[in-house]
This record gives sequence, C-alpha cells and structure tokens, in this order.
Amino acid sequence: MKKRNMTALGAAAAILVAGGTVNADDPVSLTIVSWGGAYTESQQRAYHEPYMELNPHVTIVNDDGSANALAGLRAQSQAGNVTWDLVDMLPSDAQLACDEGIIMPVDHDAILAAAPDGTPASEDFLPGSLGECFIPQIVYSTVLTINHELFPEDQQPSTIADLFDTENFPGRRALQDRPGTNLEWALYADGVPIDEIYDVLATPEGVDRAFAKLDTIKDDIVFWTEGAQAPQLLADGEVAFATGYNGRMFDASEVEGQPFEIIWDGQIVEWDGWVIPADGQNIDAVMDYLFFATDTQRLADQAKYISYGPARASSASMVSTHADLGIDMEPHMPTNPDNYFAPIVLDNDFWADYGDELRERYANWMLQ
Amino acid sequence: MEASTSPSGLVTADGQPLKRSLRRAERARKLTALALVGPLLAFLLVMFIFPIAQMMWRSVDNPQIVNAIPRTLEALEAWDGQGLPDEPVFAALAEDLRTDAALPRREQSAGPMGIRLNYELSGARGAVARTARAVEGFEPPFKDAFLDAHRHWGNPELWRVIVREGRPLTASYYVAALDREYDSDGRIVKRPENRQIYVSLFGRTLALSGVILFLTFLLGFPIAFYMSTLPMRYANLLMICVLLPFWTSLLVRTTSWIVLLQQQGVINNAAVAMNFIADEQRYSLMYNMQGTIIAMTHILLPFMVLPLYSVMKNIPPSYLKAAKSLGATPWTAFRRVYFPLTLPGIGAGGVLVFIISIGYYITPALVGGQSGRMISNEIARHMQQSLNWGLAAALGTMLLAGVLVLYWLYNRLVGADNLRLG
Repeated sequence: MKKRNMTALGAAAAILVAGGTVNADDPVSLTIVSWGGAYTESQQRAYHEPYMELNPHVTIVNDDGSANALAGLRAQSQAGNVTWDLVDMLPSDAQLACDEGIIMPVDHDAILAAAPDGTPASEDFLPGSLGECFIPQIVYSTVLTINHELFPEDQQPSTIADLFDTENFPGRRALQDRPGTNLEWALYADGVPIDEIYDVLATPEGVDRAFAKLDTIKDDIVFWTEGAQAPQLLADGEVAFATGYNGRMFDASEVEGQPFEIIWDGQIVEWDGWVIPADGQNIDAVMDYLFFATDTQRLADQAKYISYGPARASSASMVSTHADLGIDMEPHMPTNPDNYFAPIVLDNDFWADYGDELRERYANWMLQ
Repeated sequence: MEASTSPSGLVTADGQPLKRSLRRAERARKLTALALVGPLLAFLLVMFIFPIAQMMWRSVDNPQIVNAIPRTLEALEAWDGQGLPDEPVFAALAEDLRTDAALPRREQSAGPMGIRLNYELSGARGAVARTARAVEGFEPPFKDAFLDAHRHWGNPELWRVIVREGRPLTASYYVAALDREYDSDGRIVKRPENRQIYVSLFGRTLALSGVILFLTFLLGFPIAFYMSTLPMRYANLLMICVLLPFWTSLLVRTTSWIVLLQQQGVINNAAVAMNFIADEQRYSLMYNMQGTIIAMTHILLPFMVLPLYSVMKNIPPSYLKAAKSLGATPWTAFRRVYFPLTLPGIGAGGVLVFIISIGYYITPALVGGQSGRMISNEIARHMQQSLNWGLAAALGTMLLAGVLVLYWLYNRLVGADNLRLG
C-alpha cells in the first residue's frame, strides 16, 4: 500500500516537474516598433498594457524606429538577425517591403478576430485597407492646422486654398519634406476636383502644375521631417500654418491647450497598421498579440487616447470619450461626417510607382 | 659579442656571419612589432575596411534583374532594340516569373527586380508586381497576355532598361549620383534641370565646410593663443570652458541653438525688446544656411582649439623674445616666427574640422531647413526613406573619393608629416 502511494506520489511529482519545464508560458519579450510620442503612448495604453495584464509572461518593449522601418527591416533580414517582432508601418512602405519579401503575407480571416456580430475580419475592416502583408490599425489624416491667435477673429483660414494665399493670410507655412500630401494639396488648391487629383498628378503637366503652385509660397515655407516638429513649430509661433498628423495636432490643442484649429478641408486620409517581419523570433507570440490588439474593442479603445479613427467598421460605434480629458472623441475623428466632407484618400499604388521620381524632383525643388 | 673577421666577412661570437645574425634579429623584431599591431590591424580590417569595401561594392552590384529573369535576358540577346521584343522573349518572361513564384517567399526575386527597375523607369514596380501575381493564368500567345496585363510591357523603354541593366554590374547608380541619366539611345545625358540635386549639393557641402573651417579658425586661434600664454591655473579653467560643451550631448547643443536662434527665440526677442530691429524684421537665423553654419561652428570649435593649443603650448616663448630683440615689430615677430610654427596645429585642426563637417548630417537635418542641407542628408534619405541603397552607396563612395583627393592635395601642399596634434 505504502509502496503504491509512494510510486503514485513520485509519478505525480515527476509529471509536475516535467509539465513545469515544458511550460507554454515561458517569459517572452516582444519588440514592437512604432512612431513614438503621443501615438506610441496611445498604443501602450490601449493595447500593450491590457495585453500584458492578461498575459503576465509577456513583456512588450517599445522601439520608436518606425520612421526608418523599411531600412531597418531590410538591414536586419540581410544580416540574418531579425530582432523586431511587430512593426507599425505605412501601407506604401508595407507594399515595398512585401515585394521584397522581408515581411510576412497574412491571411486576414485566419489570424484576425471577427467582429462581435460575426462579420469576418476581411469584411469588417474598411474597404481597401487590408493589404497582402498589411493589417490596418487606424485611419489618420494629414491635415492643415492653424494657430488661430495669429489671425484676426473675422479672417480665419478655413480651406486648403488659404494655405496658398499669402496676401490675405500672411505668415510662414510648415510643410513636410516629402512630396506626398503637398502635391495633392497644390492641385486641389489649384482647382482640380478631388477624384481627378491622382490622374492629373500621373502626367508630367500635372506635376509641373503642382510645383508651380507650390512655388507661389516657396519663400514662406519651413520644412518638417518628424511628426512632432509640426505642432512644435506652430506652438513656437514660428509658422502660422502647419501641416501635420491630426492626432498630434489634437494632442497639442486639447491635451496641451495650444490655440490650434484643425482645417478638415482636403484632409489626406491614410491607414497605418501592422506588418510582421519575416523570420522574426517570436511569431507565435506575435500572432496571439495581434489577435487581441486588432479586435473590435481594442481598436475602439485606442481612440480614447488619440484622435485617430479605428480601421474596423464595427469599432466606430464604440468610440467614446478621451481617457484623461473626458471629452467626446467623436467630433475629433477624421471619419466623423462633419470632418469628412472633402477627404483625399492617399493612393498608395500611385506613390509606390511614382514615389522615387517625385521625391527626387521634390528634393531638387526644396534646394532651389 | 665579439666580432672577428673570417675569410667570408664579419662573424659574431657564435660563429654566425654578422649579416645573418643581424637579419635574424631584425626578423624577430619585426614579428614582435606585427604581433603587437596585429589585433589593431584585425580590428581595423573588420570594423573599418570591410564595411567600407562592402558599401563600395553595393554601388555597382546589380543582382536583382539577373537573378530574376535569366531566360528572358538570354532571349533578349536576339532583340534589336527597336519596337517591342517578340513572342519568345515574352514566353521566357512568363516562365521566369512562374519559376520565381514557385520559390519560397524569401528567395523570390521578382519583387526586388520591380523595385530596381522602378529606379530607372517610374511605374515598372507596379507592372512587375501585378503581372507576377497574374502570370499563373497566362496562356500563349504570351505577348498579348502581358500587354493586356499591364500597359508598361508595351513600352519599349522598359525593355531597353531591362537589357541595359540585365548585367551583374552597373554604372547607373553613379550616373544618377552625377545628375545624369541614359536617354533612349543609351547615351549618358544630363538630367532635366528640375531633377538635378547631387552635384550642386556636393558643391554646397564643400563650400559650407570651407566656411565653417574658416570660422572655426578665426574663433579658435585667438582662444588657443590666449590660453597658451596663461599660467596653468587659468589655462585649465579656460580649458574646461572649451571642453564642457564638447562633452555635452550633440543633440542637446543643437536643440538649444534652435531655442536661441529661431524667429521667436531668445536672440530675436532681445533684439526687438532693445529696439535694434522692428518686430517684422526679425533675423532669420534658423532653418537655413545661417543656422547650419552657426551651430556647426560651435560644435566643431573644440576640434580646432585643442590641437592648436597643444602646438602653441610647445612653442618656447623665447623665440618671440629673440625675434623682438633682433629688431622685429610685434606683428612681424608674430607673422614670421610664431605663425609658421603653429602651422602643424592649424593643419591638424583644419583637417579634423573639414572632414567631420563634410560628413555631418544631424545638425543640418535639424537646423538647416532646405538651404542648409548637405549631401549627407541626401545619403540618409536614400538609406532610410527611398531604400535605394545602391544610390546611397554611390554617393558615399564619391564623398569618400572626394575627401581622399582633398587629403592628397593637402599632403602635396602642406605635407602630412606637418600635422601634429601636440
């Protein structure tokens, strides 16, 4: 009797030990690359922290390297040492990386959660947003913003055409040092209807027309590179107009109390989302994280911390109030009907094809 | 060891010819020297020479097209370059793309080929990407299938580019780096004016570096001279003033210049408050060439001051006194005795400042705006944004070559032996 008990006890102990060493919950560290600043903070609070609470064995480390994500991914894959697990990237860059084979193609319905009402992921995400290797997260816009204290009460700028009107609205302008968004706005201000902008821009005459329009304000332009520079220049009073990401502008004006006014006319709408580096070291953990972080509730949660719209249709109704300020986020979403009256949806295929050439021309133009 | 003579020449005490003993001792000495230098040599080879050689290799390496479409290139040898190629070429292309699609994703070359072709002809990437996906379902005649799939296959220019670049090595990155391109006859011509960037940027980089060199010399020479005449205690104090900014983080220094120089910054606000200038006429000292020059002069000043100080400290003050006692005015004594003795220090400091400022990119990126931009910013743009590493490597190699030429020139004029750091 005793011997049998001892054997049973020994066997149970052995199983426990064996089970302990083959633990599926070994500590895992995920390196998630994003853009930094207010945006990474919103991801930290909406995705990373809830996930880490539910999965204590996972540590998520933030890396603010998304501005150089393409170069970093390529360098890592060529060196054979991929240290990034998940990267936040723009769809045009994701297309390049996908063509090069440095990120994984994804089967959306297989790895992403369905909507609460059962709609599969491939239909729940906004049309045109899912890419071969790309999982959208947010809808954001590059918008024109003004410091309304620099203009008289009765003469505040309200359209993109005002950006190019230095007579009525004097002051310096801060534009991004990339042609994307600036060429579209030049054509829009020059009178091209929104749905024809990319067709016009695909022709040499259209490009000349856009640059000619930009030349009219050339002397008043200050160029910015990083997302945080645009609101900083505006807050310092260095410029009267600044183009920038709407979430950063929201953060500056609502959270920091700067006297900014966002002009939603001609907002250039784009997605931003996740890509998975091929040959990453923690693919299973990343897939588990992605399933959680891209579901309906999580995408709606991110809108509590920054004014970017969720990329899922089912999340729109769950967008509520700002976590710290308590203000309603709905009016600040790019996709809110009050703001969405004249959007220009960025054409990623156009920029993937013509980006190189236009970037060179723009670099030359910036040097003149 | 006594040397004694023998019929064959001098011999050492152990009977060996002197020459042989000498050679053996020399060899032992050289081996010891090599062993001591060896680790450093290996370090330089691995960390310095090998990466630079790799970068230079990237500027001519052209594997993307050759790897992706070998059969097509073979079939294209029969093409005369006019109009469009014939059906065999398209059939070969379909086979190449199908073979490529069957490979594991990491080894596929069609994507990289599309990106490579796009550097030469905008839109090629889209053509290759979309066709590569559709090629499975193509039926002969393939020429029609391709022309239906994407209009770019009907562009003879694309085929000319494929033939021209379908080689393992390419000069096209250097052609682009010199603001030139191939025309439809395959000759190298200048790019249209509105796409010329690099040559003028090289010129501007050299000019800006020259200005910064001159300014650091103008500011650094008096400081070093004064420090070298002071007693140790005060000289040390001044040295700390020079070194403390040197040890402060580069980004901190650069961003503090932004605070000082921007239009609503400290200097402008003070000038307006003291009525030197009107509010509308604020100095524009930031986000332009002036900003780059001011910030970089400040950052590179210690590189000029320290070698100068070291050299000046070693000039005996008695020389100047001797010159004066022989009848020289203070200015003549300075010009003809003191200054030539400081030339090695000026050479060292000048070389340091010039070479560092040619390659600098953080400060011009932050405070340079568009007129203070240097070639290094363009190299960074190609490394990070457009991912055209071949072009970045070509620009980097040209920069390296330019610096080496300038250094050779300096050596001829001044002599590298005349370089002293202390």
